[in-house]
Amino acid sequence: MNVFQFIVQNHSEVLRVTLEHLWMVVVSIFLAVLVGIPLGILITRWPGLDKPVLGSANIIQTIPSLALFGFLLPVPWIGARADRLAILALSLYALLPLIRNTYAGIKGVDHSVVEAGRGMGMTDRQLLFQVELPLALGVIIAGVRVATVISVGLATIAAAIGAGGLGEYIFRGLAMVNNQLILAGAIPAAALALLADVSLGWLERRLSPT
Amino acid sequence: MNPSTQNDVAIAFRGVSYSFSAGSDLLNSLNLQIHRGETFVLLGRSGSGKTTTLKLINDLVSPTAGEVIVEGRATRKWDPIRLRRGIGYVIQDAGLFPHFTVERNIGLVPTIEEWPTDRIRQRIAELLQLVGLDHSLAGRYPRELSGGQRQRVGVARALAADPPILLMDEPFAALDPITRAELQREFMSLQQRLQKTVVFVTHDLREALLLGTRVALMESGRLVAALPPDEFVRSEDPLVQKYLDAFGAKADGKRGTP
Repeated sequence: MNVFQFIVQNHSEVLRVTLEHLWMVVVSIFLAVLVGIPLGILITRWPGLDKPVLGSANIIQTIPSLALFGFLLPVPWIGARADRLAILALSLYALLPLIRNTYAGIKGVDHSVVEAGRGMGMTDRQLLFQVELPLALGVIIAGVRVATVISVGLATIAAAIGAGGLGEYIFRGLAMVNNQLILAGAIPAAALALLADVSLGWLERRLSPT
Repeated sequence: MNPSTQNDVAIAFRGVSYSFSAGSDLLNSLNLQIHRGETFVLLGRSGSGKTTTLKLINDLVSPTAGEVIVEGRATRKWDPIRLRRGIGYVIQDAGLFPHFTVERNIGLVPTIEEWPTDRIRQRIAELLQLVGLDHSLAGRYPRELSGGQRQRVGVARALAADPPILLMDEPFAALDPITRAELQREFMSLQQRLQKTVVFVTHDLREALLLGTRVALMESGRLVAALPPDEFVRSEDPLVQKYLDAFGAKADGKRGTP
């Protein structure tokens, strides 16, 4: 039985774990965007805050994912359910590209354009929302794109703590030394990653100002 | 246009110094008065402090000592937002917002000042005509314009809310010589009609002599001389002489041509 026959035969189960997978990714990216983008903006306004914040996000990135799941296990509410735990861990990993791209996108806006706006009497708020953010949007979306693609891959590991997702097939396949089963998890995961990459790439080009 | 008959001071510097860090002064106790309706040119090489002087007027930088008086009030006593909205600002390469159309760029100050939409639209049409741009360009983006057109949009944008003072920081420096000459001519006829108080920064002696009612030479953060063009070229000051020499302008009172 090849992998495609397996997927067709078990389509309802494949669909279920794929949706589980997608759910973890979407929720974690949503949470990371909610925190990461404002944080990225904040550190452009507050010199001296940029290094510690980017440094911390960097350190989180270096923690091996299985270890991070382990660290988060004792956290009250979060540790009680595997999917909560997986979502939190994925959000933490997604923070770095979001903070860094928001920061770099805003810092990268042509200085003379910002100065012209300031010189004409725009308030900080007007500058941020009418000039800096629109001009940084392409770079910020690129960050969301990177974070999402990484997340799709990382979310397979969530199955190790019982959070479900496409990783279930991969871990089952590993345990049973069954390559078909591994591929049944890996191929839809790769397809999801590609889909996210292409669609966010399209959005990035659409929203880039120049 | 003659400052001696028009004793009304629009901008005054009183003992103004500015430094990034202690010890290294970018500007050193600057004193000068700019009269209403004059075109005051700040001339000097890169790093002489002319752009800093300009930015002190709209409070983009604040003096470390002394005070800058605009319309009778020290800049540090102004609300910076109000101060800046009453001063037009034109910079090199225009500094247009790349994600705004020509129309939105020109209408920026009226928009943030919350003028009614009709009035903004009418004002944009007026300004396009004033700077010699066809109305069909209104919907274009800055990248779709030539350098000269961009600079015209920059001037139109600065004039949008009809500010009494106009600051221009090397506005024509990035243009080819022919376009530059064209814009200089138009600027002169525009200024003759509008009678704004203009502070104009350039390193080009010919431009300074052509446009200025007074030319002020700056060197290492100090004001060397501020004289009408015909007196400027006759000045005995060694630094002025040196600058004139660099441009091959003889000290015989002849005005340079662009």
